[in-house]
Amino acid sequence: MDLVVSLALQILYGMANLALISLGLAIVFGMMRVINLAHGEFLMLGGYTVVVATNNGVNIWIAMLVLAPLVVGVIGVVVERLLIRWLYGRMIDTLLATWGLSLLCIGLVTSLFGASTATTISPPLGVITIGAYTSSGYEMFLIVVTALLLLAGYAALKLTPLGLVARGTMQNAEMSSALGVSTPRIYMITFGLGAAVTGLAGGLLAPITGVLPTIGAVYIAKAFITVISGGMAILTGTASASVLLGGVNGIVAFLTGPTIGEVALLVAAIVLLRLMPRGITGTFFRKGL
Amino acid sequence: MRLPRDLRGTLVIAALGSGFMLVAPEVLAFFTIITLSQVIGLAILALSLALVWGFGGILCFGQTAFFGLGAYAYAVAATNIGGSTGAIPIAILVAAAFAAVLGYFIFYGRVSDVYLAIITLTVALILYSLTRRTSGPEYKIGNALLGGFNGTTAPPLNIPGDPQAVLFPEHTFYVAMIALIAAYVFCSWLVRTHFGRVCIAIRENETRAELLAYDIRLYKLGIFMIGAALAGLGGVFFSVGVSRVTPDVFSLSQAAVAIIWVIVGGRGTLIGPVLATFALHYLTASLGTQSILNTNLVLGIVLIIFVLLVPKGVVPTLADLVELRRQRRIARLRERWLRARRPHTGR
Repeated sequence: MDLVVSLALQILYGMANLALISLGLAIVFGMMRVINLAHGEFLMLGGYTVVVATNNGVNIWIAMLVLAPLVVGVIGVVVERLLIRWLYGRMIDTLLATWGLSLLCIGLVTSLFGASTATTISPPLGVITIGAYTSSGYEMFLIVVTALLLLAGYAALKLTPLGLVARGTMQNAEMSSALGVSTPRIYMITFGLGAAVTGLAGGLLAPITGVLPTIGAVYIAKAFITVISGGMAILTGTASASVLLGGVNGIVAFLTGPTIGEVALLVAAIVLLRLMPRGITGTFFRKGL
Repeated sequence: MRLPRDLRGTLVIAALGSGFMLVAPEVLAFFTIITLSQVIGLAILALSLALVWGFGGILCFGQTAFFGLGAYAYAVAATNIGGSTGAIPIAILVAAAFAAVLGYFIFYGRVSDVYLAIITLTVALILYSLTRRTSGPEYKIGNALLGGFNGTTAPPLNIPGDPQAVLFPEHTFYVAMIALIAAYVFCSWLVRTHFGRVCIAIRENETRAELLAYDIRLYKLGIFMIGAALAGLGGVFFSVGVSRVTPDVFSLSQAAVAIIWVIVGGRGTLIGPVLATFALHYLTASLGTQSILNTNLVLGIVLIIFVLLVPKGVVPTLADLVELRRQRRIARLRERWLRARRPHTGR
């Protein structure tokens, strides 16, 4: 029984982790049809923000929950203004430009902080004991944060005026701009928000994974797969794909070890896309957000 | 006999390449020749991506997956068989077979552009983390230890059928260069065949090609597999040049530089990406020797600048310039001719 609870929590954490690292990417993809290949580097920048801030005496909670999203959000807006907005409608060129940005970020951070791990920070919160097994309290905290983020996203899209405009733009950008919505502004805000959520995720994960200039590569494969499998709908897509792929990954990893778990995640995603080329939300939950 | 203009171009380039092959060992340092063999492997990778992306219109961000699989397959097969004779075809076949399976899911699921790019890239990245974790002694195929992060040894080439007669680095260079030239001529020929023309038609307009009753899934799968086989061959020469295969062949930065070569060289040409490989490899190698500018930083800037300012790439942009000048000259000559005629025709 304890084993089942412990395993269930582990798998739940795997799902939450996928959702957390993918949400920022999904926001940008769902709204703008842009895949940001520098997504991993935004996560990395969030992590570095936390490390640099805590080294300078900032409280770790403030660094993770306030500074990381703020800093990366601002970077996101700057990137959108300088780079992305020239390339709207040129999907492939956007991919390539953000890939260039990704390399640029890696190079820049390596030049500034060096190629090795910056001072690590230990995860706050202790361990939780479940019978004979223990589980990290911080992982539980991350599950809660992810759930709150998804809820907040839902509330923002469903209840606020900006959310209404955003949903309209998502459905039909031309029509909403004909109705007087400034789509460039919406895109700028979206990209900034996506970056902020990504920064938050990077900051929250920094205590678990440590930070490296190249750490983005660890996340992006999973984040891309989750977003692509989820499809266009931001929240339902991310949530359903995270549950499905996180579940597959968790169960297979429990049975055979982490390496095969990751391969199973990829194989599941490829088979899924063979059956549903537009992702889960292209077939199911079509009314979802 | 007058050859078609584009075919003449191919032959001229092949001849120039052969010239380079013969002259290089005489004038370049021994160490440079060894490095060149690796770069030739990378150039074949660039050529394969130029074919798949530039002519097939398949945005394969993870072409390095096939390149790396070829390299690993060669290393493992050559270690087990003893000698490179059978290992090279095995490497090519492994890469093509993997592309067949992956391509089946992609093309028959009608996954396109961005999705395709991301899936192929993810495949390469997953292979990266997979190979990195194979460090224990239990991860071995036959006699070949996969070696995790440190990779596995790639045996040198030998004279076909005689594993004892190992080739010298210069001879490896000759073989690699011949393979590159042959691959280039093969690709130039392929894009002029019926198959190649259909692929180009699909690149231009999928729906139209499909309405003309071409099975676009099959054609895409075909060119994808050919590209993967070429990339596998590139992997063989790269691993022989380095004499090791490490998981880095699957890494994100390796995938990125392959894309950069094609962007810089120009989509829709075959020679552009090959030349860009040599040029950019020279650039990054000389950057690596100093520590002021980070290589990733420079590559990132190069990629962004090209996407924003020279989206067609160097070779097509130059070709456009030459063409523009030619047209202007023709227009000028015509003008002069007309002016000269006017007094006779006009009353």
